[in-house]
Amino acid sequence: MSTAAVHQPTAHPENRTAPQEAHVTSTATPAASSTVASAETPAAGSVPPSGPTPRAGSGRAAGRRRLAGAVAKVGPLLAAVAGIVAVWYVVTYLVLSPERRFLLPPLHQVLGTTLGNPLVMGPMLDALWQTVGVALCGLAIAVVLGIGYAVVMVQSGWAERILYPYAVILQTIPILALTPLIGIWMGYGFSARIVVCVIIALFPMIANTLFGLQSASPAAHDLFTLNRATRAQRLFKLQFPAALPSIFTGLRNAAGLSVIGAIVGDFFFQQGSPGIGGLLRTYTLRLNMDSLFMAIILTALFGVAMFSVFAALDRAVIGRWYGRSGA
Amino acid sequence: MTRTLVLDDVTKAFPTGTVALEEVSLSVSAGEFVSVVGPSGCGKSTLLRLASGLDEVSGGDVEVNATSTSYVFQEPTLLEWRSALRNVELVGELRGVPKLERRRRAREALDLVGLSGFEKQHPRQLSGGMRMRVSIARALVAEPDLALFDEPFGALDEITRLRMQTELQSLFALKSFAGLFITHSVSEAVYLSTRVVVMSGRPGRVVADIPVPWGYPRTPELRYEPEFGALVGEVSAALGEHS
Ligand SMILES: Nc1ncnc2c1ncn2[C@@H]1O[C@H](COP(=O)(O)OP(=O)(O)OP(=O)(O)O)[C@@H](O)[C@H]1O
Ligand SMILES: [Mg+2]
Repeated sequence: MSTAAVHQPTAHPENRTAPQEAHVTSTATPAASSTVASAETPAAGSVPPSGPTPRAGSGRAAGRRRLAGAVAKVGPLLAAVAGIVAVWYVVTYLVLSPERRFLLPPLHQVLGTTLGNPLVMGPMLDALWQTVGVALCGLAIAVVLGIGYAVVMVQSGWAERILYPYAVILQTIPILALTPLIGIWMGYGFSARIVVCVIIALFPMIANTLFGLQSASPAAHDLFTLNRATRAQRLFKLQFPAALPSIFTGLRNAAGLSVIGAIVGDFFFQQGSPGIGGLLRTYTLRLNMDSLFMAIILTALFGVAMFSVFAALDRAVIGRWYGRSGA
Repeated sequence: MTRTLVLDDVTKAFPTGTVALEEVSLSVSAGEFVSVVGPSGCGKSTLLRLASGLDEVSGGDVEVNATSTSYVFQEPTLLEWRSALRNVELVGELRGVPKLERRRRAREALDLVGLSGFEKQHPRQLSGGMRMRVSIARALVAEPDLALFDEPFGALDEITRLRMQTELQSLFALKSFAGLFITHSVSEAVYLSTRVVVMSGRPGRVVADIPVPWGYPRTPELRYEPEFGALVGEVSAALGEHS
């Protein structure tokens, strides 16, 4: 795994208004925010203004529409998976000569030798479970630290000027340059894996939370000033609620990164029960291709699952927040 | 009559060197509704910020004799994650009014601006005019002695704008706070006000102070009266001479 591959998906320091944050970038101007919101979730516009009046008879149509919506959502994903499988088989049978076919064994062989064999699947699922634990643990710590750091930064201009550079430095040092040191300092076990995970997932939490906390309009701040709001009132009644959409954007990105962090941690810190990243390394050394591919498939599924869960959480919470789910 | 707001020889220069206001004197008493018209950039918003205490004068004095001041911004400035009712409640929340009391008052204020039935709607579910009504309800809920308005209807379409003017002057007739209202529209100023203050281009100075004779409440048809047109013409002329 190269450094570039680890670092590519993280938010770049200058990129604080990157596409993944698009739906929060304009909350600073009240005029723009309404249009931005509907751009973020096209469904918002089509919801009838007064929610609680579903007419009889529209129930079946709504059900059909929901089914169509689910198909529209899942369809492209299934098509993408089918495309990958197709390319896989093409490479296995048409590109590779029989004696080199072991480089990419056919999918049914990968599934056949692993899924049915508890001696292979058992340790693999245990390892995956271990990695899930590290990722969630690291993510939780990164969320708390990231939000806390941003809240401190937003308290004053100089706090931000002093503290932001540390976040940027943390972000720009390639994690692979730090891992040996983390190993020496922390040992090669569970806690070192979590530290890698936290370091990798922290920056999007900090950057998105900070951006969100600063997104309330100057006029809204004036409103609070005119009513003599305390610092706490301003934070909890204005800045924090205004930041919620970007906090969830940060959470979504951090969730994806925590998976990478956990696997990188597994890969380097092999003390204690192995994670899926540890098994990846073992399978690679033994050229156990079937198991290697199964492990890769499992990590991919894990990554997709994490991202989807947090994306769904994002939509649900933000939808409620802005009163989309009916009055 | 108590003078609720007194600006005495107020000058405002920004650190950038811009002199926004120069020796502006102006007072608004309880039961007066004063509109300020002037060319863009002449310091009208600055005037309101000084009057509200959001900003400090560079010279002169600001005197406010009000227990409660409210401010209506050019944009509705609603918190999008709060329903209309909870947006109006915010003021009471910040000022420590008990929950039942502030909720009751918020309902009354929404009712006053014709939004009863829309309490639970979020800003995104309301039209531009309705959002501005919520904003006005939020300003009136604290029973202000002094109400400041910074071009609140500037972003509304003409029809909504006329309707909002009619509603605002009847609210004023009802509550009779001291009102200071910024606008670009001369007819809006004349229709709403007891007095129209005309400012010159930057640095802003007061160049005319024209009383409006009609009492309240005013009918929408007042706008078609020849006397109304004559007064609009007089204000426009004062505005034209000094911009
Ligand atoms: N914070 C500030 N720092 C520097 N200059 C400012 C600041 N606020 C306003 N100004 C300047 O002061 C002048 C008056 O601004 P102000 O916003 O009061 O004008 P206005 O009459 O409200 O204009 P408009 O009708 O377009 O709203 C402008 O030239 C503006 O550039
Ligand atoms: Mg202005």
